Amino acid sequence: MSRTVSSWILSSARNSIVLQGKGRLYSICVPNRNKIKWKLVFSKTHLYPAVNCSLDNTFSLKKAFRHTSTEEEQFSFQLSPSQINDILRAGELSHRILDLNGKNANSVLRFESNQLASNTPVEDRRSAATCLQTKGMMFGVFDGHAGSACAQAVSERLLHYIAVSLMSRQTLEEMELAAECLKPVPPILQWHKHLNETEYQEITSQYFENLRVYWQHLLDLDAEPAFSLEEAMICAFKRLDSDISLEVQAPQEKELMRNIALQVAFSGATACVAHIDGVHLHVANTGDCRAILGVHEEDGTWSTLPLTRDHNAFNEFEIRRLKREHPRSEEKTLFVNDRLLGILIPSRAFGDVQLKWSKELQHSVLENSCDVEALNIYQYVPPSYHTPPYLTAEPEVTYHKLRGKDKFLVIASDGLWEMLSNEKVVELVAGHLTELNVQKPQLAFEKPVNLGYMHSLLLQRKNRGIASLDQNVATHLIRHAIGSNEYGEVDQEKLTAMLTLPEDLARMYRDDITVTVIYFNSETIENYHRNNE
Amino acid sequence: MFLRLLSDVRWQVTHPKWRRMTCSRRSTSSTAEPAPVPLPAEAQVVICGGGIMGTSVAYHLSKMGWKDVVLLEQGRLAAGTTRFSAGIVSTARHLSVELKMADYSNKLYQQLEQETGVSTGYVKTGSISLAQTQDRLISLKRIASSLSVMGIPCEIITPKQVAQLHPLINIHDLVGAMYVPEDALVSSANVSLALATAASRNGVQIHERTSVSHVSIQKGRVTGVETDRGQIKCQYFVNCAGQWAYELGHSGKEPVHIPLHACEHFYLLTHPLKEPLASNLPTIVDPDGRIYIRNWQGGILSGGFEKNPKPLFTEGRNQLEIQNLQEDWDHFEPLLSALLRRMPDLEALQIMQLVNCPESFTPDMRCIMGESPTVRGYFVLAGMNSAGISYGGGAGKYLAEWMVDGYPSENVWPLDLKRFGTLQSSRTFLRHRVMEVMPLMCDLKVPRWDFQTGRQLRTSPLYDRLDAQGARWMEKHGFERVKYFVPPGTDLLDLEQSKTFYKPDWFDIVGSEVKCCKEAVCVIDMSSFTKFEISSTGDQALENLQYLFSNDLDVPVGHVVHTGMLNEKGGYENDCSIARLSKRSFFMISPTDQQVHCWAWLKNRLPDDSNLTLEDVTWKYTALNLIGPRAVDVLSELSYAPMTPEHFPSLFCKEMSVGYANGIRVMSITHTGEPGFVLYIPIEYALHVYNEVMNMGQKYGIRNAGYYALRSLRIEKFFAFWGQDLDAFTTPMECGREFQVKLEKGMEFMGQEALLEQKQNGVYKRFTMFILEDHDTDTDLWPWWGEPIFRNGRYVGKTTSSAYSYTLERHVCLGFVHHFDEKTGEELVVTADFINNGDYAIDIAGQRFQAKAKLYPFSSLFAQRRRKDEEELSGYQRE
Repeated sequence: MSRTVSSWILSSARNSIVLQGKGRLYSICVPNRNKIKWKLVFSKTHLYPAVNCSLDNTFSLKKAFRHTSTEEEQFSFQLSPSQINDILRAGELSHRILDLNGKNANSVLRFESNQLASNTPVEDRRSAATCLQTKGMMFGVFDGHAGSACAQAVSERLLHYIAVSLMSRQTLEEMELAAECLKPVPPILQWHKHLNETEYQEITSQYFENLRVYWQHLLDLDAEPAFSLEEAMICAFKRLDSDISLEVQAPQEKELMRNIALQVAFSGATACVAHIDGVHLHVANTGDCRAILGVHEEDGTWSTLPLTRDHNAFNEFEIRRLKREHPRSEEKTLFVNDRLLGILIPSRAFGDVQLKWSKELQHSVLENSCDVEALNIYQYVPPSYHTPPYLTAEPEVTYHKLRGKDKFLVIASDGLWEMLSNEKVVELVAGHLTELNVQKPQLAFEKPVNLGYMHSLLLQRKNRGIASLDQNVATHLIRHAIGSNEYGEVDQEKLTAMLTLPEDLARMYRDDITVTVIYFNSETIENYHRNNE
Repeated sequence: MFLRLLSDVRWQVTHPKWRRMTCSRRSTSSTAEPAPVPLPAEAQVVICGGGIMGTSVAYHLSKMGWKDVVLLEQGRLAAGTTRFSAGIVSTARHLSVELKMADYSNKLYQQLEQETGVSTGYVKTGSISLAQTQDRLISLKRIASSLSVMGIPCEIITPKQVAQLHPLINIHDLVGAMYVPEDALVSSANVSLALATAASRNGVQIHERTSVSHVSIQKGRVTGVETDRGQIKCQYFVNCAGQWAYELGHSGKEPVHIPLHACEHFYLLTHPLKEPLASNLPTIVDPDGRIYIRNWQGGILSGGFEKNPKPLFTEGRNQLEIQNLQEDWDHFEPLLSALLRRMPDLEALQIMQLVNCPESFTPDMRCIMGESPTVRGYFVLAGMNSAGISYGGGAGKYLAEWMVDGYPSENVWPLDLKRFGTLQSSRTFLRHRVMEVMPLMCDLKVPRWDFQTGRQLRTSPLYDRLDAQGARWMEKHGFERVKYFVPPGTDLLDLEQSKTFYKPDWFDIVGSEVKCCKEAVCVIDMSSFTKFEISSTGDQALENLQYLFSNDLDVPVGHVVHTGMLNEKGGYENDCSIARLSKRSFFMISPTDQQVHCWAWLKNRLPDDSNLTLEDVTWKYTALNLIGPRAVDVLSELSYAPMTPEHFPSLFCKEMSVGYANGIRVMSITHTGEPGFVLYIPIEYALHVYNEVMNMGQKYGIRNAGYYALRSLRIEKFFAFWGQDLDAFTTPMECGREFQVKLEKGMEFMGQEALLEQKQNGVYKRFTMFILEDHDTDTDLWPWWGEPIFRNGRYVGKTTSSAYSYTLERHVCLGFVHHFDEKTGEELVVTADFINNGDYAIDIAGQRFQAKAKLYPFSSLFAQRRRKDEEELSGYQRE
């Protein structure tokens, strides 16, 4: 059966001219042929080893099951349930916050995260970290486009920028002193990472230098920085984007570093970062990732509270903002085919200097690079490119004061939201929560019970598949996102078909999906409200 | 009748947390119990573990006259796995030594109540094993044949007869069953208490609530035991710690590896039926449904061996896991379904409890007994694979005999601790393997079955090369060995479907390999053999080996000698080939699974002399066996040396160069009776030599072959194999190998007296070859081993191995013929006339096939007559 489903997908894909409708982001400006060429350039020159190594590790498992191309003669679409689980669970990451001595209990109970690639390599990134110099935890989801370089850089750096923006003057001074004396700088963040998420050492030190320049700048401001959280997040976003833009213009000795800087600047990434400190939840969003709250109402129902607005052509505010920022003459060309300048789906993003720099700057930067041939792909200037910048990394920040009934926060890349509505996501997470509670160890029956009754009870439980529930709720969401049939149930055949799609087809049926679900400790939150009333 | 069990269960209901009995014993002992009796300072034997095994060993030791015995139990007697045992005594076992243990246990338990006055709850209920498929019925018939010749009543019955024996059974899906009327039920805890009572009356001291922390060892001997209540000096220590045996073995400075691992085991207890079940209702075993069902207090007790077992205590004893031992109904669902399918009327029956009691399992589904190969005086009896009650009596008796007499009265090699080495004691290996073993309890046992877990541990350097050429693998002592090579384009059945009692799907493949061995040349990778080097500065090596081995080793340098390594009774402890490399050094090749046993045997008997070294060089050499008439051509082309019999006679060994590689030990033996050579190659040269041989061999039609071809070749030539045909109770006289013994040389050696006596008085069993006459290879059941042999309609012995001979186009079985007195059953001397004058039949699963008996192999099968014809003919074999 799964064979038929998949072959249907295959044949329909071959017959349609692909990479148009659902094809993404740069599909118009970089037609299929170029896209392939581009890939070759990267694999030959190893411009960005960091990306390669981190991804190959993470997803080597799933590659074993996947086909690399439709050109292959033989397809096998058979996957056992355990193989499906292996693929789906490869990217799982979860962390439970330890409750030390019960005091100062964290408002975050635990978080669960997972990632499923469609692009090869995956272009999504995620970060989670606890601030060590200030209070709070941060969670980010980053959706890269035109490669993963920008998303990788942003995922490594952005949380540091935010953390530094939040530091008191005294802390910054201590850090600067340590750096000056070549002493170890106190750690800023404690990362919660997947085993296979690695960084590239050489770049890390470069990033650190630029971060230091940033805090020196903050110190140069005479007064205590005293940013509000909102200001700090906006400032951090903008500063990082401008650093990305400047790094590529600065002279750079090492070819490797220059190549990385180029890739980071010319690719792009959207970002959604949540900062949680006690009951104070801030979400900063740039682009079309989304964060929603799951709210358990008093009457027992669940409701959804979106904390972000997607920055794209369907957002009236964005259209109005862009019209305001550019002359009336360009009103018609700002959005073509629901894309910014006909190119980009999100209307805010990191990187993507093609839409930020003047033509002249782009030319001069590209010409100064040695390997001009390889950079041809960036030599594209969209039509009606008159008054750059068209794109900004400035986030919209939402503040929400957590209430006892706010049970969890879901941050995910658009790969998830394309497949599932906000309501469906909250319903699935809530369902998962209750099932976890119901599931084990208790089997609800009152003794004495006879064998026949017990037997039917067990069969029912077996059919409901309780025993095979995903422990990680992010996996649960991804399973539903790609495997749901028209009745909203997970269909094993569809799941198998979606997971065995050859790499060159997968991208048409699903995007990279990254999901992080953060559970709140209602008790801590209620205690806070009680003490502060 | 089941008072004890009932009280235990009630107690369990009130304290569902299992830890009560294991972890809080100290606190309870201080409050509830009077001050414990102090431990003795010294004892001859200390037994650790007061379950069925420990008490049985104590009982039998004290009966055999060893009274200075102390038994230590960490909790209460019979409180561990023994307490929760289902209490079924079943003699339906595949292995003959297991069958004998179970039979002895049954007889022991039957009279135990009378002997001790302790009620044991023994009821002779009988047992019925059901078959849902024809294959299962064949399996049962094979067991039935073994039981009948042992004198244990048993019959194969129809489904209708099953219904008459048990009122509740649904028989619609059955094809037949086996009824064993003498099987019984006992209260396992009470049996254990009865054994303890009897032992205690005989002088054994029993101390409860005393746990052993470790065993003290000095100079490779047990010297004492450290407990939480002080130290006891002792000469012998017996580890009967059940599922904790592995941990206890590892607790000391010198670890004793006892490869076993616990799995959770579930069974269900119900309230009585409206019309309570009779207490003598037969026990039902439904292996196809993976369950057993016995009557219990008017209700039933039913458990089973699920396909997805839950191993536990991988990291050792663990309070968390003990506390989590709860009922897992979801896990039990498949077994409950099987139960209700078998007995649909039970639907209305009230549940009392789902019991979760861990059982320990071993890597090969057989229990572990015997002395540690590294620590003298350290004995083990554990790993019962959930048949502890059935084996308890017999296993305890054998171990007691082992300690008192030096060896049990039966061949227990299949159960010997020394069949395992350190390689089987990895926790990961054990965890994975027991997850395969536990479901196997109910799986069909077919010939040539291989474990699938814990594989690819030891491999030859050629593994990948051979695998790429279609090799199919089996495993022996952790070593991967080729069964046969599947030619490209040939499809074999997948694993599950290839299980058969009939002609296997590889029949023609092996046939063509055999043909190639006969007509051209084949190469078989035989690297798994155990290889030792013994050397000395003076003549010590020769002197010692002359005493330990039965054949004359004082041969010119470069000769190879087949010889037995005999015990005092003249029985084979090992059967090996020894090459004399120089005046003072010897190279010894033995079967793969001898690595631990033979090492321990030699270590314990060679003098502690720094000038005499014994080294295990198994890992240093890859062995390639070139079999066939053209082997000589291949090798002479590769070495530019003449290899003809004139220059390189058979049973000869020489270091030479093959291809570019130097220092290859070439021996003119093939273990098959075919012409050819074995090349012992230092492993770094293995790939080179293999490539050279294959390239050069091409023009002679060389091909790869596997062990199945080897096996067929050797069995058709009547070669015996140690561990299968030969054991510690078989002497060279009994298998026609007198010429391998230096009886006339006037030298003293182990087993000499026994052999001289046999030579004088004759032998009581004789190794014989049988050619099946009216057996159709395509349609009849194939022989395996363990089939009863009938002479003139009377049982005379069992087969020990069998194979299809592609040359004779007949099946060949090897086995031992005894001569039982027709009236008394007493064993009489077996003469050649007795063998030759008789009509023989082999019983395969109840069907008898005519067989021709031969005491000597067909000389026509040997391609070349050789100078040392008879010596090679006797050539020792490994499967």
